[in-house]
Parts: sequence; structure tokens; C-alpha cells
Amino acid sequence: MSTIEERVKKIVIEQLGVKEEEVKPEASFENDLGADSLDTVELVMALEEEFETEIPDEEAEKIRTVQAAIDYINKHSA
Amino acid sequence: MSSSLSGQIALVTGATRGIGKAIAENLVAAGATVVGTATSEKGAAAISEYLGEQGTGKVLNVTEAGAIDTLVAEIQKEFGKIDILVNNAGITRDNLLMRMKDDEWDQVIETNLTAVFKISKAVMRGMMKNRHGRIINIGSVVGTTGNPGQANYCAAKAGLIGFSKALAKEIASRGVTVNSVAPGFIDTDMTKALTDEQRERIFDTIPAGRLGRPEEIAAAVGFLASAGAAYITGETIHVNGGMSMV
Repeated sequence: MSTIEERVKKIVIEQLGVKEEEVKPEASFENDLGADSLDTVELVMALEEEFETEIPDEEAEKIRTVQAAIDYINKHSA
Repeated sequence: MSSSLSGQIALVTGATRGIGKAIAENLVAAGATVVGTATSEKGAAAISEYLGEQGTGKVLNVTEAGAIDTLVAEIQKEFGKIDILVNNAGITRDNLLMRMKDDEWDQVIETNLTAVFKISKAVMRGMMKNRHGRIINIGSVVGTTGNPGQANYCAAKAGLIGFSKALAKEIASRGVTVNSVAPGFIDTDMTKALTDEQRERIFDTIPAGRLGRPEEIAAAVGFLASAGAAYITGETIHVNGGMSMV
């Protein structure tokens, strides 16, 4: 079973088509990984699917880095 | 028979008769598997019958809460994906604006515009993931020209074109195109409801001198659904015998 961190990174790699070494915790989706607004929406939806959770819009807006995504899932998964 | 759409799954709303039926038949002829919707069980059964092995009819009342999501989930489960969505279902509730009831306005906007938003939203996720999809909305010439007695219908059809353009820009990068086909006066039950006087007046405005056939709308839809139309998005194809050239 992969850790939450690994699963989040895998989704980021798949959704944004970036290399594994680029997906550092502090990497910003938009500034470092080249995501546009649609990419970030898709990314959030992929996270919702993977972790079977619903991320409200106001929370989704705050998920701007790899670490922020990991933290959010850690905090909200059972 | 060409099979350019073989392996593709299409959802066509309002496929019992008229333009919707012609579209479903066109897509089937091109090799697609088609799910056609009707508002009644009887209509759905009729669709299943004319589609034969290459498709099935399902009941969908677009204004019923939750019905759209349920149907889309059902199709995805049964067929695995939806490649082509044709938003064709539509109604008219004609009345001069001075006499138009709130109800007549609401029903037309709900069925002809709001439902298109809901169905498109329900299918676009899968299309974006597949990096391929076609959303084709059936508008009307009156959405561009206006028509007395149809302020509600004209508003919905004009809204549809704006909607298509906005969505086209949002998802073009994902290989999904969004276009409209705007029929002029086509020989269907909807236009049979016109009075003789209305028909006479309309004939005078059509350079082709005749009503269009449902197959002639379906041909435009078939083209937009094809691989050859991959670079066309946010566009409206007017099929109206020269009635209005935009």
C-alpha cells in the first residue's frame, strides 16, 4: 500500500505530465509545474476521486503546492 | 458504409423522432453505438427498435433532478465512455411576450438551455480524461434572427451558442470540441404545428424554396462528430437553405 504522499505525487505526475523529480513538496502547481486553471481543477477532481473525498471550492483554492495537497489529504482522510 | 465512428459511443437527447432520430441514425451509419433518450418508456422502446443492435433507447426527463447524472453514470457503466454528446432535446411554448406566462418561459429555458449545461457538465469529465470528445448542441436559426412569439425559445437558443463558445474555449486543450448546428425550418412535428399563414410567410424567406429535411441537419452533426472536424470548435453551422446568412 502506497503512502498518501506517494499517491498524491503519482496523481500530480499523471495529471500535469511532469517528471517525478520535479514534484518536490514545495513545488507550486502553477508556477513550477506549468499548470493552468483547468489543470488545477482537474488535479483537485483527481484527488477527490483517489481519496474518495469532496474538496470544497474554498479549500481547493488553497491547494497550490504538492505539500499543500498532501497536508489536506492527511488532515481529511480517516 | 463508412465506419469512421466505429468504437465510439454517442448520447443523443430527444431521439424519438424528427431531427434527433435522423442524427441517431446518421451516427449509427457511421459506425457509432448510440444511446438515444426519450421522455417516456414508449419512446425509449421505439428508439431501441429503430437503432437495433447498434444502440439503445433510454428514458430521460431532463428537468427531473438527478436524472441526468444517473443516466450518464449508467451509460458509462454499460459502455465505458461517452465520446459524442448531441444536445438535441427541445420544446417550444410559443406566445407573444405580452401574453407569455412565467411558466412558459421557465420550461423552455430549463429544457433547452439549463439541461444542456447539466448534461455537458456530466459528460465532459470523461471526455477530458480521454483527451477526446465532441459536444454538439442543436440551436436554431431563430436564436440569431429572432422570431415573434418565441422570445423564450430564441433566448434559449441564443444562450446555447454563447454557452458553446465559452465551453469550447475552456476545454479545447483537452481535445474536446463544442459546436452548434442551427437548423432553419425543417420538416418535423415541431414545424408542422405552424399555421398555414406562418408557413407561407416562412417560405418566402427561404431562398431554397423548401423546408429542410432532418437528414440534412444530421449530416452536419455527423461531420462535426467526425475526426475531420477536430480543429473546428466554438463554431455554429447554419443549415437553413439560405434563410439567414451569418
